[in-house]
Amino acid sequence: MKGIEAFKVLAPLLKNEPTVLANGFISRAFFNVTDRKENFYMIGSMGLASSIGLGVALAQPERKTLILDGDGNVLMAMGTLAMIATCAPKNLIHIVIDNEVYESTGSQRTLSHEIKLEEVAKSAGYKQAMRVTRPEEIQPAYEKLYQAEGPVFLLIKVEPAFDASQGRVTHTPEQIRDRFMESIAG
Amino acid sequence: MLSSKIFVDKLRGNGFDFFTGVPCSLLSGLIAELEAIPEIGYIPSVREDAGVGLCAGAYMGGKQPVLLMQNSGFGYSLNAFTSLNLIYKIPVLVVMSWRGFGGKDAPEHIIMGDINEPLLKTSGMEYAVLDENNSDQVLATALKKINDERVPYTLLVKKGLFDERH
Repeated sequence: MKGIEAFKVLAPLLKNEPTVLANGFISRAFFNVTDRKENFYMIGSMGLASSIGLGVALAQPERKTLILDGDGNVLMAMGTLAMIATCAPKNLIHIVIDNEVYESTGSQRTLSHEIKLEEVAKSAGYKQAMRVTRPEEIQPAYEKLYQAEGPVFLLIKVEPAFDASQGRVTHTPEQIRDRFMESIAG
Repeated sequence: MLSSKIFVDKLRGNGFDFFTGVPCSLLSGLIAELEAIPEIGYIPSVREDAGVGLCAGAYMGGKQPVLLMQNSGFGYSLNAFTSLNLIYKIPVLVVMSWRGFGGKDAPEHIIMGDINEPLLKTSGMEYAVLDENNSDQVLATALKKINDERVPYTLLVKKGLFDERH
């Protein structure tokens, strides 16, 4: 499964959940599939999707909050998994698109070929952690975790297949912030 | 000396309602005070940059966050401040201990102590040096920067300002 296929399955499942998207191909590819005001696209600060998402989830405990993360980002901020597990927001769903490379910089390998990030999350104390490898597994896994008490973790294994000709996010950082905050307040 | 309890009360009185940090001995009294009040819900961050991210998310979710750190953590956080807070305009009040001030500290703090102010200035991070008499004034300035310009504002804390509890 290519990352873009995973996004195409995932996008229609999202409703109005605030969603923090990791920098690099995660933000760019998802933007090109479905742009929504609830998407907080990161264009820098690699590694912080998880902590930003945790902050949103804690500030808005009644709203389901999603993190759309990448394997490189998770590996960079593994300690944040412990913060998420300890703060234990029931409303947080942490989704990781795992392509085993830093794709937007030229597909240098990460370490997730050997390290099972969903097991790290489970060991850290996430309530549930699942791994899927086929497109048809995404919806049932997502729906199961959506109903469960968080924090929960869904790892989607994909092939590196990012189309670099895809455009970058066209909103300015301040526009991204404003839309995101309005969607939460609104 | 500035009472940790009074300063925490002032922060809360000014609307700050989300607290996280990575400890420093210079801030130990302040963190103990925050931890003593369960409804504050102080969150230990594993790294300073994770604290920056946490505060950014909390701010966008409607909170007014405070991040405590040693100036060593400013180095870890520099990319987070420059590629998140300063470009998206996401404010946070940073309470940063000034280890290495005046060249008198353990060796690992000397260089950051020397470059702390120039580094804040050159990276566009506005700041004030907190002392026992100016807390109302610097908090008013901080709130103005946070609410009007939506940028981070840093309060530098020298050794001896707050009580140390360890």
